[in-house]
Amino acid sequence: MSATTPEAAQPTFARHPLRLTLNGQDRQLEVLPWTTLLDLLREQLDLIGAKKGCDHGQCGACTVLLNGKRVNACLTLAVMCDGSELTTIEGLASGDELHPMQHAFIKHDAFQCGYCTPGQICSAVGLVNEDRAHTTDEIRELMSGNLCRCGAYSNIRDAIEEALPACRQPGQGGGR
Amino acid sequence: MNPFQYSKPDSVQDAVHLAGPASRFIAGGTNLLDLMKENVTRPEHLIDITGLPLREVTETADGGLLIGALVSNADLAWHPLIEQRYPLLSQAILAGASPQLRNMASTGGNLLQRTRCYYFYDASVPCNKREPGSGCPAREGLNRIHAILGASAQCVATHPSDMCVALAALEAVVHVQGRDGARTIEFADFHRLPGETPDRDNQLDDDELITAVELPAAGFANHSHYLKVRDRASFAFALVSVAAALDMNGPVIGRARLVLGGVAHKPWRDQGVEEWLVGKVPSRETFSAAADALLQDAKPLEHNAFKVKLAQRAIVRALGDAAQGGQTR
Repeated sequence: MSATTPEAAQPTFARHPLRLTLNGQDRQLEVLPWTTLLDLLREQLDLIGAKKGCDHGQCGACTVLLNGKRVNACLTLAVMCDGSELTTIEGLASGDELHPMQHAFIKHDAFQCGYCTPGQICSAVGLVNEDRAHTTDEIRELMSGNLCRCGAYSNIRDAIEEALPACRQPGQGGGR
Repeated sequence: MNPFQYSKPDSVQDAVHLAGPASRFIAGGTNLLDLMKENVTRPEHLIDITGLPLREVTETADGGLLIGALVSNADLAWHPLIEQRYPLLSQAILAGASPQLRNMASTGGNLLQRTRCYYFYDASVPCNKREPGSGCPAREGLNRIHAILGASAQCVATHPSDMCVALAALEAVVHVQGRDGARTIEFADFHRLPGETPDRDNQLDDDELITAVELPAAGFANHSHYLKVRDRASFAFALVSVAAALDMNGPVIGRARLVLGGVAHKPWRDQGVEEWLVGKVPSRETFSAAADALLQDAKPLEHNAFKVKLAQRAIVRALGDAAQGGQTR
């Protein structure tokens, strides 16, 4: 192609290497700079647990654990996660053994439609890792980044309250 | 989101040399990426500063703290020295955003948040802040969340940060590095009023990077309170917020700081009112008089007149809580 074709006149955008430990597995990927972590997971890696609710960091349905901390995957550029450890809802269970937080959500019927649930559970595990929620009110406040349009809040709160002690056991934090 | 080039420098010098009018620094990205998704901001080049060595909180020689620009909002709010010495700052940070966003958002980035004015955020309508000279639909439109103090004919937007309200009260100093060297900016001078150039939120030049925020020794730990009033109990921007901090000299006020959020283009501080409080015995009447004085020049719009009385009452309550020890939320 000659340098005068329209294609050649376009700026070129390089793909950037991205090394991730994703749900315990080392992955070597390449991403365009504007790919969000959420789009990478859902569109390229077929991990569709994290949901695109609002795509603006307001609903929490995309919550994942980045180096053990809960973040909104929709407002995270994948390219900026190079070298990170990432846990999604798909990586919380150990084989067929559910994470204690997953058990508690089932036991307390902490969902109706289930759309927000992967984000709720990842957020709740992040809350455990932070170790700042010691009362019911603190759980409520520190789960405020996750909306549930079905209004299952009271059951979500109950599930987290019950799961907190079990999750605080060594090795049960998840997502570290 | 528009396509852009991406670089990740590993020194502050390299970062500021890469910067230009069409570039943006990115750290947490919680506001910048949102603005890019809305086509409000379309940078050609993002400079990822998360590899820079700006993550420490260190004690300064004069008893204060130097907070690296990349310290996350969550780490700062829960830092033992902040909780002990500057509980006002801890409270203000925890009153803002959500746990996820506080994990991502950086100290420097919090200062550079842009207004959540609906018209600024909607790229299909005019806005003098987004496109200088295009007009301000908020003045005659829906202006319930807008400014009552310090606004101009061009812009009635408010600054959205909670953290900055506390930093203004604590007289923080912003450390900045540019291509031509480093400088410090007093917090009161960092953000601007809109005036004739509402597109400029602050005093930074295109090549300048916030490297740290310095807190002076005075933390008002025994008598401070951050009160935030909003439309729902959590995860919402302030309609009005108050950072109140007192030093007590026996039964009377020895020193006072009083800053409002949610009412102006920057954290709103009136040092005349602070000085008037010195020597007074804390009382509802005293605090009401201070509140009236602070709001006397308020110019409400069609839908936000309620903010005047709300701010007055919030000031009385926040000062009262601060005087009593400030530990209630």
